Amino acid sequence: MIELRQVAKAYGARPVVDGLSLAVAPGERLVLMGASGSGKSTTLRMINRLVEPDAGAILFEGRDVRSYRAEDLRRRMGYAIQSTGLFPHWTVARNVATVPRLLRWPRARIDDRVDELLQLLGLDPPLFRDRYPHQLSGGQLQRVGVARALAADPAVLLMDEPFGALDPLTRHGLQRELLRIHHASGKTIVLVTHDVDEALFLATRVVLLDAGRVLQDGTPAQLLGAPASAAVRAFVGGTELGLRLLGLRTVGERLRPGAAASGAPLAADLSLRAALGVFLERATDRLPVVDARGQALGTLHLEDLFERDGR
Amino acid sequence: MPAERLIAGTGGTRRHALRVLRDPLPWTLLALLGLTFGMDRLRPLFAAAFPALERPLYEQDSFAALLWSHLWIVATSSTIAVAAGMALGVLVTRAAGRPFRPTLETLVAIGQTFPPVAVLALAVPLLGFGARPAVVALALYGLLPVVRATIAGIEAVPADVREAALGVGLRSVQTLWAVELPLALPIALGGVRTSVIINIGTAAIASAVGARTLGSPIIVGLGGFNMAYVIQGAVLVALLAIATDMLFARLQRQLARHHA
Repeated sequence: MIELRQVAKAYGARPVVDGLSLAVAPGERLVLMGASGSGKSTTLRMINRLVEPDAGAILFEGRDVRSYRAEDLRRRMGYAIQSTGLFPHWTVARNVATVPRLLRWPRARIDDRVDELLQLLGLDPPLFRDRYPHQLSGGQLQRVGVARALAADPAVLLMDEPFGALDPLTRHGLQRELLRIHHASGKTIVLVTHDVDEALFLATRVVLLDAGRVLQDGTPAQLLGAPASAAVRAFVGGTELGLRLLGLRTVGERLRPGAAASGAPLAADLSLRAALGVFLERATDRLPVVDARGQALGTLHLEDLFERDGR
Repeated sequence: MPAERLIAGTGGTRRHALRVLRDPLPWTLLALLGLTFGMDRLRPLFAAAFPALERPLYEQDSFAALLWSHLWIVATSSTIAVAAGMALGVLVTRAAGRPFRPTLETLVAIGQTFPPVAVLALAVPLLGFGARPAVVALALYGLLPVVRATIAGIEAVPADVREAALGVGLRSVQTLWAVELPLALPIALGGVRTSVIINIGTAAIASAVGARTLGSPIIVGLGGFNMAYVIQGAVLVALLAIATDMLFARLQRQLARHHA
């Protein structure tokens, strides 16, 4: 879907992106992760030509991005940023309708699409359609920003630290929404973040950048389980590494059959990291497990949280 | 239910009427028009205040004609100043025009440090007497506030809004027209307001080069030691300026209602 070949960018004498190559497959959730100044935002913005690379080539659907007109390229990619950049003088509906209007969709189709997207992002259309950005909360603003990015049904969604300015609760809610939207639409998502937990939660593939170079390119499990260097290990773990590894597994993967515990049960799709928290809170070493409908599935033993050989 | 609505309706109408009565703009306009068309009714007042004057009332021209001519000169020169000023302000905030910005700001500032009378005097040999040199001089003189406010307004547009506009696929021109200019307008309008108000006062000086304005009674009065003439002209100019300022304030409030 998107390919970067030896892309480089320098501001003055300082290289920000340095010989970077990566490929994004259709339907992937690729997260560009790194500390501030690692070149991740610059890389993202070279994909939709908000920044032009000094060297290298970027391909979108097989064609060099420079062979498209910049505005045509961008209208085929959704773009959502941390501060949302919503137009303050337009209503929510008009903001979301930005790209469909540019593409000259018929009025009725635009109106339907706006309502559909507001609904999708959890904003009741009659309530929110005619509001102005200054009347919205941070979480609502970001939802409208994502709706605007999705409006013309682009194949790719580019997101630059979209949830960085939100409180943790809202952030987690929107992260889950994004997964839900991805599951329903199958869009390719390229997301930039410096938050390791966000990256591990959202990504099917993580590209860790430092000083404009790729430190490691792999699945979250690969980065955690087989960090390519000390630098990678330091970024994804340090003392959090064990907990983050637990975060990648669910209760359902480790439970034992049989009912050997009592108390409020764990859901089978809960992460092992969250389960550990429950064990600690209840000061116990066994908890019952149920599925989504409440049917008993078995028991989770605390000792099974430790990864043994062969597991 | 209907009875309550009736009572509420009456209360609303009365409240509305009181609001209109408390609003200074209609009163100012009333005073301006009243004095313009009814100045001669005040002849006894001026005669009593200035008993030594043979002619206590300016009669070379009707005040209505003077007001009309004054308005025409202000409107023409301000339209030119606003159009040119905004265009220049937009141009120097574009990537291509940025290098010219310091030059423009200096030129326009110099244009305003010239005394208006000097600018008028310089325009006369080129354009003759009357309204024409006045319009040119006033247009040049009115550029600075508009240019400054247009630049300030465009720069006040948040960078991330501009980036988002480009990022979702608006072209540069579309970004300017649909996003930057509407957002810059409240601030730019402040500059237009200043420019027009100054213009109203400065246009009075144009009478020195033969233009017909509300300044004519002032200048004739100063020359002939006739304070009554001066007061008549000055009061009308002042009322015009105040009323115009109030109208602009109203306009700015209307535009700002979405930028809370």
